[in-house]
Amino acid sequence: MEFVGKILFMAVMAIFVQNFVLMRFLGLCPYIGVSKKLDSALGMGMAVIFVMTMASTFTWLIYTYLLVPLHIEFLQTIAFILTIASLVQLVEMVIQKTAPALYKSLGVFLPLITTNCAVLGVAILNIQSEYNFIFAILNGLFGGIGFTLVLILMAGIRERLERAELPSSMKGMPISMIVAGSMALAFLGFAGLKF
Amino acid sequence: MTSLKEFTKGFVKENPVFVMALGLCPTLAVTTSVINAIGMGLAATFVLVFSNMFISLIKNLIPSKIRIPAFIVVIASFVTIVDMVMYAYLPAIHKSLGLFIPLIVVNCIILGRAEAFASKNNVFNSILDGLGMGLGFTLALVVIGSIREILGAGQLLGFNVLPETYKPMLIAILAPGAFIVMGLLMGLMNLKKKK
Repeated sequence: MEFVGKILFMAVMAIFVQNFVLMRFLGLCPYIGVSKKLDSALGMGMAVIFVMTMASTFTWLIYTYLLVPLHIEFLQTIAFILTIASLVQLVEMVIQKTAPALYKSLGVFLPLITTNCAVLGVAILNIQSEYNFIFAILNGLFGGIGFTLVLILMAGIRERLERAELPSSMKGMPISMIVAGSMALAFLGFAGLKF
Repeated sequence: MTSLKEFTKGFVKENPVFVMALGLCPTLAVTTSVINAIGMGLAATFVLVFSNMFISLIKNLIPSKIRIPAFIVVIASFVTIVDMVMYAYLPAIHKSLGLFIPLIVVNCIILGRAEAFASKNNVFNSILDGLGMGLGFTLALVVIGSIREILGAGQLLGFNVLPETYKPMLIAILAPGAFIVMGLLMGLMNLKKKK
């Protein structure tokens, strides 16, 4: 029972209180770049959830069973980014072979994910917070869900913003930042949650 | 003459943050105070100059198919150097920048310059381009950092600059403030460009 409680606590922390995009500022480029349409936001979100979970799994294994025994922890950054890049490549090839329909909808987003800082960020955070294997995977999963949640909310708002009357210099990026600010303000309310 | 142009274009005309909207994550995350902004800006400048130089030197040796992974490895090596040097000599700034030093690897500005400039130009111009872009990035960070520190703490570089009666707007230092300040600054840049 205590275990389940811990997992729930972690889910709420990663999705709402310490949201990757709005509170930790990770993965802002896709957040602003791919949030113009709802369906592409959904595709990007799914791809990120998948890659973040996989990346958490593999970077944790590599750190614990390769870097630590060899005492080369200082190579962490290089090792992680290479892991993520090859993982993304692998995932792309596997999806292309096994699920062409899924590949068609995710395809364009997959290469972009390598440079999504949320993915490298979650890998480093897992090591810094000294999570065990299960919690590292779950942190990646919940982090990805949190990312997808705000991405979809943002896409919904931006589809409506298209029709709003704005001063022309505020159109596009500037107003998206202000909207993101208001969303962050709302998410700040979750910081008051106590367990 | 053209070399001078390569150097100065990053300051305003092609400013990586305000004009090209690259590297948003560190921009918003570390600008809670001016000193953090300077630390982050200079760290990124160092990486940018050396990765540009190195990539320009080896550009003819790398097969074009694997150039992106090769660039990332070069960048990650210089980031690791910066990380270790800052940990040794500037532990306070290293601690407050935290996660965002290893994340320089996935900063789109650096990979962007490697791909768009250093892989096509000679060494001297690549160094100038890296230096100019890096200083432009630093400049943008310092501007945002100053606004947030003055509004949110009534201070600049740790000194009180506003009268005692000013009540700091804490929101400017918290996450929503970052988005809103950034959005307004981008709007101002657009307004200026149109005139």
